[in-house]
Amino acid sequence: MVELLEAAVGYAGTHTEELLQALRQHLLLVAVALGIGMALCVPLGIWTSRSRGAALVIINAGNTLRVVPSLAILFLAIPYFGLSFTSAAIALTILALPPILINTDAAYRTINPAIREAALGMGMERRQVLWRVETPLALPVIVAGIRTAATEVIASATLAAFIGSGGLGLYVVRGFALYSIPILLVGAVPVALLTLAADLLLGGAQRWLQPPVHG
Amino acid sequence: METEGKPLSPNPLPPGAVLQGGGGFSEWARARRALRPPYPFASMAGIRFEHVSKLFPGAARAAVEDCSFAVADGSFVVLLGPSGCGKTTLLKMVNRLVEPTAGTIYLQDTDIRQIRATELRRQIGYVIQQIGLFPHMTVAQNVSVVPNLLKWPAAKTQARVDELLALVDLPPAEYRERYPGQMSGGQRQRVGVARALAGDPQVILMDEPFGAVDAITRSGLQEEMLHLQRKLKKTILFVTHDVEEALRLADKIVVMRAGRIVQYDTPFAILSQPANEFVYQLVGADDMVRQLGLVRVESAMLPLPAGASADLAHKIGREDTLRQALSLLLRSAADGLAVVENGVPVGWVTLESIRRAGEARE
Repeated sequence: MVELLEAAVGYAGTHTEELLQALRQHLLLVAVALGIGMALCVPLGIWTSRSRGAALVIINAGNTLRVVPSLAILFLAIPYFGLSFTSAAIALTILALPPILINTDAAYRTINPAIREAALGMGMERRQVLWRVETPLALPVIVAGIRTAATEVIASATLAAFIGSGGLGLYVVRGFALYSIPILLVGAVPVALLTLAADLLLGGAQRWLQPPVHG
Repeated sequence: METEGKPLSPNPLPPGAVLQGGGGFSEWARARRALRPPYPFASMAGIRFEHVSKLFPGAARAAVEDCSFAVADGSFVVLLGPSGCGKTTLLKMVNRLVEPTAGTIYLQDTDIRQIRATELRRQIGYVIQQIGLFPHMTVAQNVSVVPNLLKWPAAKTQARVDELLALVDLPPAEYRERYPGQMSGGQRQRVGVARALAGDPQVILMDEPFGAVDAITRSGLQEEMLHLQRKLKKTILFVTHDVEEALRLADKIVVMRAGRIVQYDTPFAILSQPANEFVYQLVGADDMVRQLGLVRVESAMLPLPAGASADLAHKIGREDTLRQALSLLLRSAADGLAVVENGVPVGWVTLESIRRAGEARE
């Protein structure tokens, strides 16, 4: 095991430039997917939390998306966008949508109606209720959704290498092709560490945003 | 800033008539009526409801139907009734959280529809059960909400926060930076009251504000509420289904049933002359002695005839209960008790007047 890791570190040492490029590409894919996911799903989730009709259609659509495997989405995108960054980004974005959408919807939906009523009753405008009261209260749950999406997207971005879009999956594919576990580890270990880091970071943010109780 | 308790209106009866206790019921009733709140401001209405109705879309019957009454400026009026009687709907129409389908509500003689809803709400205090506090804001931030909406300068807001926290017995230095989740139910409720007072509104609406706290905390809060009201002279409209709470707090009670007003009178009058069987059952008038333990002496007080105070050796506090008055009357065999406030006689009560009030129901 130690020998394998040593070999992996050695391989990484001789491919530094390529590895950094792959890491950048991986992070870019993740950023695009999460960015579009948030920009789309947070407003959508606010809307569905207020409208029964919108919720019925959109939340169910989101749940359906959840069932489709990411690999399948990736291959479905290829006929339209080719073996490209766009295909990979689309597949990963679709993967990021459901957790953000469902959590945003739940976050706003579960705010105690009495709190909203108190805010309105004190003379806040609707917009002020949204920004000063509802959003701060919804944020921890939204961040929890982003956390789920982030870990899924970071792990799944590995698949992008299968369609030649780079990322750390490059080494997984290469290691697989050459039957070389050290090369595979050069891809797998950083992905695992990134996933862990994102999970810890967003978990911390979630706790920090939670209004204090006791003590 | 606020004035202390004003003296009662001048005695409307010839001095001898009441003192002898022989004036007859009608005269007694007239004296009582003259004393009903608002003592000094009978003409000015804090809130006035005129034929107000609310029919929610799709509902079989109106939630509120043709309600007309006035809440005098500076008085404490309780809306009392079983759940679903429309009392909360009626309350929420005052700050336009619910819009009436018919009728008009006036605030200080202005039709509230003339005022933009958010503007209107900023000049009305609003207290609901403890969950209405914003959990992500500190106590100071919660209390500052309305001052900030009114765009007060920061220094004025902060001074106001400290002043109000002190007023509701939460030392500012200790509680300013706490979050609602770090406080007990009773403490949160005090913050709720402070928050409602923050913009210095003349009118305060309270929707079952003490419903979620335990019985002991509740009676403590009720006691403080009465003192606050004495001190600040706010016009308070208060919703509850708790009869004891209503009897204890109210200057006048609006008894509601199925969207309609059944009776609007002082706690004492509602106990002694319930309008019908429903009110009689609701307020537990069959156990008068027990219920009189909740009603303040002042609500059954007769005007003090000139020069009579010297004759009345036995005194009772204005905010003591009628049950205590009754007990003292029986114990001392005195003709009447002087009702005193801060040691100064302001009225009197007699056994005869209480007895007559009891007979009047039959």
